[in-house]
This record gives sequence, structure tokens and C-alpha cells, in this order.
Amino acid sequence: MLTLLSGNEAIAQGAWEAGVAVASGYPGTPSTEVLENLVKKPGVACQWAPNEKVGLEVAVGASLAGARAMSTMKHVGLNVAADALMTLAYTGVGGGLVVVVADDPGMHSSQNEQDSRRWGPFGKIVVLEPSDSAEALAMTREAFSLSERLDMPVILRTTTRLSHSKGLVETGERSDIERGAYRTARAKWVMMPGAARGRRADLERRLAAARAESETFPFTTTEMRGAEMGVITSGVTYQHVREALPEVSTLKLGMTFPLPAERIREFAASVGRLFVIEELDPYIADAVRALGIAVETTTVPVMGELSPSVIAEAFGVPPLPVREPMTGLPARPPMLCPGCPHRGVFRALRDMDAVVTGDIGCYTLGALPPLGAMDSCVCMGASIGMAHGFGTAGGAGERPVVAVIGDSTFAHSGLTGLLNSVYNGGDETIVILDNRITAMTGHQDNPFTGRTLSGTAAPEVDIEAVVRALGVTDVRIVDPNLLRPTEKAIREATAAPGVSVVIAQAPCVLVTRERNEPFAVVPETCTACGTCIRLGCPAISRGANSRATIDTDLCIGCRQCVQVCSYGAIKRIGRTCDVGSAS
Amino acid sequence: MSVTTVMLVGVGGQGTILAADVLAKVAAASGLDVKLSEVHGMSQRGGSVDTVVRFGDVVHSPITGPGGADHLVAFELTEGARWLHYCKPEGRLVVNERTIDPLPVLIGDEPGSAGTRASLEYEGAVLIDAEAVACAAGSPRSANVVLLGALSLGLPFDPEVWCDVIAKRVPPKTVEGNLAAFRAGRAACEIDEECPR
Repeated sequence: MLTLLSGNEAIAQGAWEAGVAVASGYPGTPSTEVLENLVKKPGVACQWAPNEKVGLEVAVGASLAGARAMSTMKHVGLNVAADALMTLAYTGVGGGLVVVVADDPGMHSSQNEQDSRRWGPFGKIVVLEPSDSAEALAMTREAFSLSERLDMPVILRTTTRLSHSKGLVETGERSDIERGAYRTARAKWVMMPGAARGRRADLERRLAAARAESETFPFTTTEMRGAEMGVITSGVTYQHVREALPEVSTLKLGMTFPLPAERIREFAASVGRLFVIEELDPYIADAVRALGIAVETTTVPVMGELSPSVIAEAFGVPPLPVREPMTGLPARPPMLCPGCPHRGVFRALRDMDAVVTGDIGCYTLGALPPLGAMDSCVCMGASIGMAHGFGTAGGAGERPVVAVIGDSTFAHSGLTGLLNSVYNGGDETIVILDNRITAMTGHQDNPFTGRTLSGTAAPEVDIEAVVRALGVTDVRIVDPNLLRPTEKAIREATAAPGVSVVIAQAPCVLVTRERNEPFAVVPETCTACGTCIRLGCPAISRGANSRATIDTDLCIGCRQCVQVCSYGAIKRIGRTCDVGSAS
Repeated sequence: MSVTTVMLVGVGGQGTILAADVLAKVAAASGLDVKLSEVHGMSQRGGSVDTVVRFGDVVHSPITGPGGADHLVAFELTEGARWLHYCKPEGRLVVNERTIDPLPVLIGDEPGSAGTRASLEYEGAVLIDAEAVACAAGSPRSANVVLLGALSLGLPFDPEVWCDVIAKRVPPKTVEGNLAAFRAGRAACEIDEECPR
């Protein structure tokens, strides 16, 4: 039966059919739904790890034990996991080991658009690239056998448009994979120099076998539609090429490391003009040129996401007739939700004129107007190390230096940063935004939430105890919905010598779904001062005579605006209407 | 059949993803190849979202470009205007008569998009107050399904198939309300489209 599955759902289905026994990863758009779907299936131990490195190590351990194992992450997550990855090619695997890495061309939900295919030649690891949901399922299934056959880990590289597009797939049954008894193999797994040198030499043999597999890989297909022009491509870009240039011959590469040199030579020889069309880096184009094959240059961009129209334009296909675009429209950036507790912290930081080193999560939106209370956002956990570095370099005059980091990000990469601050005698303040969930990626659990990926109870690790155990003595806990106590706590923390931590504890409003009676503005009392507007709550806007008005459909009654109004103009009223849209 | 492209655009949280999923499943249930591209992550926090459904005998790319959509369903007026040029000149426009001001407008940093309703009407849009229709149908949170009803008039699928898919896709307690919303959206447009513009 044909089922409509997203790329991520198809990967989960393929892994399950392949008999995967253990899967671990860290949420990250666009990879998150792989584990969220796999956990619904029987017979797989599926877990969120605190970060991608631990997630991959869990999978490696399961593979060592002889089980088929998988780890999932977004592209930048593989940077965190790279320490494990780079030695894996040497050790090879026990049970089949697949690393799913999801790139985000166009940076829909990421801080960069690095091209994960380069881990192939860099780490000497097989890279597979499905081009639609059906291939995602079949290739994931095949990836586990390939990993075992080659004694190598396999990277399954997807992109946003593959992971988050749905297509029709034929699903199958789960294979029964018997895990053999574990036997110690020190020369293969204990990577001390002597053994590592042996495995490095053996890796050349395995790479040669991988190159041979690439030549006959069933998902690498040559489609001749004429001898005039040929395009080498991979992944979802193949689908865009078929759409934009339906007449050209194509060589679709299912395995993009190692590349099939003979298949490429044969294809190049069979067409008059040869092009490579790929998203992000000229990874395939450079490799094909290195084979001594002439590839014509194109104006296909080396950044951002490709589409049929972008490719068509680069090849001079006349554009489709369009309606006149409408101009002068207001931008619609994402924003913190009505009643979001993060708002209380950013309002205080803005009013304190703090230098704020930020981090990765919903709360990065605190950088946007009217809160505008963030100076940097680089990578997971960077807020704490950067606050320390900023202070160590002399800071910014009288302005306090404050790091803000979410609970899940703190578990991911904040602990070591905080340990560093304590160890090296920092004077920074760290605000941990503890909303009890990994919110931005769609509300996943983490070690501080008391629940696992499979929904079972877990120890609810106490953030305050962890912070104190790392050597911080100045720790304050506040409810960020209470604006004055929050500001007071952060001001006191920044004034106190040494490392201070403020834990702002209030659950994500999208998780609690609690709605108190909404508030409204009494127009006669409102002076149009704009203080409530500057909270940046989507429920509050400027109405007649610049006075504030509150959208009672959106207001969840968090009381933050009530606390900033000096004129007592915001009063509780009953809900007047309940018109909204289904989610 | 050749490939038909439908774009559903709106604001994160308006239910475009559910609507697109229903449409894709209707196409699949009607024996067609189908692809759907949706948006997750940061833009879902109240940002502009665009979802694409393409169906036909064989569908390659899951996305489209300017001038590529046969149908544009806008869940909000400003987003309808923002994505207008993705709709073919001869394409069908279904637009919800609702404005959700983005934050820069709410806080007074940018002017609102006055006049979009009139501009979209001039472009031949079928305008529908989906929230009001949903309320009248007794299912106030089903504006997205009202818009599917409006869209369905322009597509070659059997209403029975639509209703089967909706019944399977929405939470069990909301099936009757959503089916009423679908029929109301369809009926609202049937009347609307009889009047020459």
C-alpha cells in the first residue's frame, strides 16, 4: 500500500524495516522528526541524548555490541559529534551504523548552511543522498547492510526539502536481525596509536571496496534523454533538474562519497556538454574536475536553496509569466508567543542595557525589536564561553555582561562553559531560561524535563543542584513572569562579584496551554506611552490615537503588561469571542 | 494528468500544514502521484509560512517558483499579497478576508498593508471570511478546513473523498465540526462564484 510520508518519516520507516535496535540523537530542524517517528514503532530503543556527540557515542556503543544503530542530528550537530565521527572510519562498525545528518540550505532554521557531504572525504565515510521519500526509505534500509558489508559507518545526508517534503512510498515489514554474542576485538576498537595505524591502513582497503560499491550502487542512475547535454546531480536537486530541464540526460548520484569515477567518465563521454547542478558547495563539480573531466560553469548559486525556477533561470529557460508582485508589504519575522516567559528576562536585560551573549533556541528571538536584547548568537552553548571571553577582554565599560541560555541548550553544551567560568574566575552572569522543554524544535524532552523520548518518567535533574555542583555559589531562582523580581535578581547578580547564575523558571506556554482570562486596555486611562508595546507581545498593538489595544483572542492573561503599565490602564475582562484557526 | 500546483500560505499557527496534508491525501486517494513541501522550525513562531502541494501522473520537485501555482490559497490577506506572484496569471486565488498584523506593524515600526484586500479582489481573488463561516458552521477553529472547502471547488476531486480524508485526519471529537466547515466553505464559494466580478 502506498503511504504519504515525509523524508524524515520515510527514514524512520526504513531504519525500522532494517531492524535498527538502538537510535539516539539530539533534536534539530530539519532532522527532529526521524526519532519522533521511530519511537512510535516497536522494538527500537529510541532516545534523546543531551547533545549530538553523546547521541552518536550511544549509537557507536550499540554498534560495538553488534546491534544495528542510528544517530540523528542537523548539520551543525555533526560538528559537535565530529570527534566520535572522525575515528569511526578507522574502527569501522559491529552492527550497521547509520548517521542521519540533515542540512538546511537557505537557513530556514539554522545559523549556517554548511554542506555535510564534505564529511565524506574528510572523515573517509560513505555518504548517501536520497532524492525523495521513497528513496529515503529504501536507501536507509540499504545503508545498514552497506555499513556492515564495508565495515564502515554510513552518513545518510538529507536536506530540508527532502526531510520536510512528503511523497508516496511503499512500506514493508521489519527484518529480523539477530545480534550475535559480543566478542572483544581490541585491535579494531581500541584506537591507541599502534592499533590506529593498523586500522588506518585497513581503511584504504575498505575505501577501495566502497568505491567499487559506488559504481554499482542501485540508487545511482543514468538516464539518457539525448546526447547533447548531460547533468550530474544528487538529492532533491535531481527532482528540481527533472522539472526545470526535462530534456537533458542525467546522472543522479545516490552515493556522493566515494563517487563512482567510472560511471561519471562513462556519462561524461556520452554527452556533448556536461554540467553539474548541486545545492550549496561545488562538491561534485570539483571532484569531477579532479578526474580530469571538463565541467561547464553555470550561474547556479553556490548558496541558498535551489528550486526548479532557480535552475531554469540559470540555464536561460524563459521565466513563467507572473502577476505583478505586490510591494510595500510589512515583513513578518517570527516572534515570541503571547505570554512567553522569556519576554520578562529580555525586557529586564534591555532596560539594564546589558551586553547579552545569546544562544540557540526560541529565545534567540529576543534579539529582534522591540526587545532587541541580544548581542550575539553563534552556536549551541556559546553564550557562556563568550560572556567569559567578553569580560576577560575588559567588557564594555559599565554595561553588565550577561549570557542567556535555555535549559536544553544548557544540558547540550552549557555545563562545560559554566565550569570554565568558575574555574577561570569569571565575573559574568548567566541566565538559564528554564521553560522545561526543547521548544524551538517542536517541544522535545531533555534531561531537565523528567520525561524520555518514549514518554516514560526520567529523573528530573535539578538545574540549581547542577549549577551549585559546578562551583557557582551565587544562584537565584525567579519566575520571569514577575517582571520586577526578575529585573531585581538579574541586577543583583550582575552587581555581585564572581560568576552568578539566575534560573528563570516558567514553563513554555505552548506546552502548558494554560489560558487565564484575557486583559484589555481602558482607553480613557491609557496615555499612549508605549511601555506595554515595547514588550513585543503579539497580543498588544497600537490602536486609535496610538493607544494600546489588546487582542483578547491572543491574550493568555500572563499579566506581564499589567506590571509595566504605570497608569493602571490594563484591566482583566471576560473573553468576548473565541474565533481562531485550527492547528 | 499534468501536474497541478497548489500553494497554501499564511502565518505560523493557522493550520496550513494540516490543510496541505488533507489535500495531498485526497490527491493520493484519487490515484495520483503527489508531493507536499511544508515548513517547520523557527518560522512557525508567527512567521510567514508557505506550503506547496503538487499532484499529477508524475511529480518531480516538491516546490515551485513565481508563476508556478495553479491555485493560491491565502489564509491571511498580507500573505496573499506577499505570495501573489507565485500564482499563475490565470490561476485561482482563494483568500481569507483576515489580516494578522506582524509584530513590526503591531508596535508601530512599519505601516500596515492597507489596500491588500482591494488589490487581491482586483486580481480576481475569491474572498471568504473563513473565521465567520467556520463560526456559523459551529466549528470556530476550523477556518483552515473552510478554506479547503473553498479550494475544493476548483479541483477535480470527489467531495466524498475530501470528507473521507478529513474524517480520518482530524481529531475524532472534531470530525463533525470539520466536515460542516468543509461543506460551508464549499457552499460559500459556490454562491460567490456565481456572481460575475
